[in-house]
Amino acid sequence: MLEVRNASCGFTGRTILKDISFSIAAGELLCLLGPNGVGKTTLFRTILGSLPLLAGEILLHGENVSGWSRRRFATKVGYVPQAHTPPFPFQVLEVVTMGRTAHLGLFATPSAADSAIALEALDNLGIAHLRDSVYTEISGGERQLVLIARALAQQVEILIMDEPTSNLDFGNQIKLLEHIRKVVDEGRLGVILTTHYPNHALMYASKAVLLGRDQTVSIGLPEEVITEAYLRDAYQVEAQLFGVKNRQGKNFTVCIPTPQG
Amino acid sequence: MMFFYYGCCSFQPIQGEPDHDAMTKKLATLSVLFLALFFLSLAIGRFTVPVGTVAAILLSRLVSLPHYWSPEAETVLFTLRLPRILAAMLVGSALSVSGAAYQGMFRNPMVSPDLLGVSAGAGFGAALGMLLGFNRVSIQLCAFGCGLAAVGITYAVGVLLARKGEPVLTMILGGIIIGTLFTSFVSIIKFLADPYNTLPAITFWLMGSLASISLPDLSVAAGPILTGTLVLTALRWRLNVMSFGDEEARALGVRTGPLRLAVIVCATLMTATAVSISGIVGLVGLVVPHLARLLVGPNYTHLIPVSLVLGAIFLLAVDDLARVLFTVEIPLGIVTSLIGAPFFLYLLVNTRKGWV
Repeated sequence: MLEVRNASCGFTGRTILKDISFSIAAGELLCLLGPNGVGKTTLFRTILGSLPLLAGEILLHGENVSGWSRRRFATKVGYVPQAHTPPFPFQVLEVVTMGRTAHLGLFATPSAADSAIALEALDNLGIAHLRDSVYTEISGGERQLVLIARALAQQVEILIMDEPTSNLDFGNQIKLLEHIRKVVDEGRLGVILTTHYPNHALMYASKAVLLGRDQTVSIGLPEEVITEAYLRDAYQVEAQLFGVKNRQGKNFTVCIPTPQG
Repeated sequence: MMFFYYGCCSFQPIQGEPDHDAMTKKLATLSVLFLALFFLSLAIGRFTVPVGTVAAILLSRLVSLPHYWSPEAETVLFTLRLPRILAAMLVGSALSVSGAAYQGMFRNPMVSPDLLGVSAGAGFGAALGMLLGFNRVSIQLCAFGCGLAAVGITYAVGVLLARKGEPVLTMILGGIIIGTLFTSFVSIIKFLADPYNTLPAITFWLMGSLASISLPDLSVAAGPILTGTLVLTALRWRLNVMSFGDEEARALGVRTGPLRLAVIVCATLMTATAVSISGIVGLVGLVVPHLARLLVGPNYTHLIPVSLVLGAIFLLAVDDLARVLFTVEIPLGIVTSLIGAPFFLYLLVNTRKGWV
């Protein structure tokens, strides 16, 4: 269980987010929403320790992480960056095995057991067939799944994902979120992810943290906090919320931008 | 050179998991190639010693054998060729391993071990030593010290400017500036140097040569080079992780700052040592890691050991050419560039994207 308590983040001399508090436990999918430049990435970088925490604390199971080593923190909290292209053509299995680094000694190389864990992670996401492919040559959606597999191989409790759906097509966005939801539902992992689509939060998240302009924050169930008023204030567009039913008869709320004029 | 050229390029880039058998086979092939070249290098030269005799002379040091060879053969082997061959292997390995490490560290396959100005610094040190009329050992020490100093300045500039942005980028920019600065210091010294004695000596040194290596030189150089190689070999898995960038490496549990410092210290010690005994030998640190990557893929677990062996083979082969091709010996740096540049172009043209 990760708890962010009264945290202020930003750079020295420029606070971007003030007094923000939320928590996430295993089995939860927390969606972080907010317009560009409101500090989503800054918040992530602060939690991950790339930026100093200006005020407040970050707790893991009630213990302040500020004195933790990189390695200890990396066995509890993982990070999934946006799909990218590294300079060298590693194989998919090699990339996923890099998730084991925090569990290895400084001078160690991964063992057969580590490869087995990496393979299991690939299998869990249904991409075991990619194990021998070259990471730089697979599609963007596959690369994103591989990075998630790497974080699964890291065997963390909390995963932080930076816009995992950003470079994906209409279908792959939904498929990826389904995968994430499935992994979260297994109950061992909590996921925090950012997205630019309020619908992703409405359809898949168990909790939403909305960052508005002027450093406002609202936290709650997605269908309760994502309101037409929030969308208007945060994104400065008109949007309407509708209730829909899927084929199995489950109710959803979706938002649709409504053109004016 | 030709056997080397064909031998290596007939390997296909690995598709699929680096099969253990295939990897073992490649390492075995390289080792055989390496040993064959070692004996060949002892045999060839102005004074040819048949390979059989070479083996017998080497063996006679271990067990007593009838001496059917001339004492000159033994002298040539042990005082001229063996130090030079060992030096070529040591320098080739040092440049290749540090080049491979730097390419991962700085996330750029176009990087060579003199990225942070070590060669320019060492060149300045050697030129200064010659201008001041130092002896051979002092010139080497001066080159070594100035190489370290140049990298130290670059590192300090990088750390100082890193607060303003990406640490890797600022360090590379710092390296370019410090390298240029030291190169212009060398030009000043050349301008001031006596054009009949010192100037040719400086110019020749800058072209690189292993001709005057002695065993004492080697025993001093072996320490830092082997230590650096050992540490980089031990850290090789982390180099994989570093090639994904600082932020990701940190999130995977790597302390990037201390690791980068360790890699820079090792690579700089190795390169400065190599340059101080051999002069500036270009392209080895750039080309050999690419060749190694072509053979075994980008995973540093295999890439570092293979770069080590390939670097030794490459520079030994090139140094052999430098001493036997013409009656007058060609400076080593010229030969490495003459062979390395077209070879590198060939690799770029003939391999699929990403494998070079």
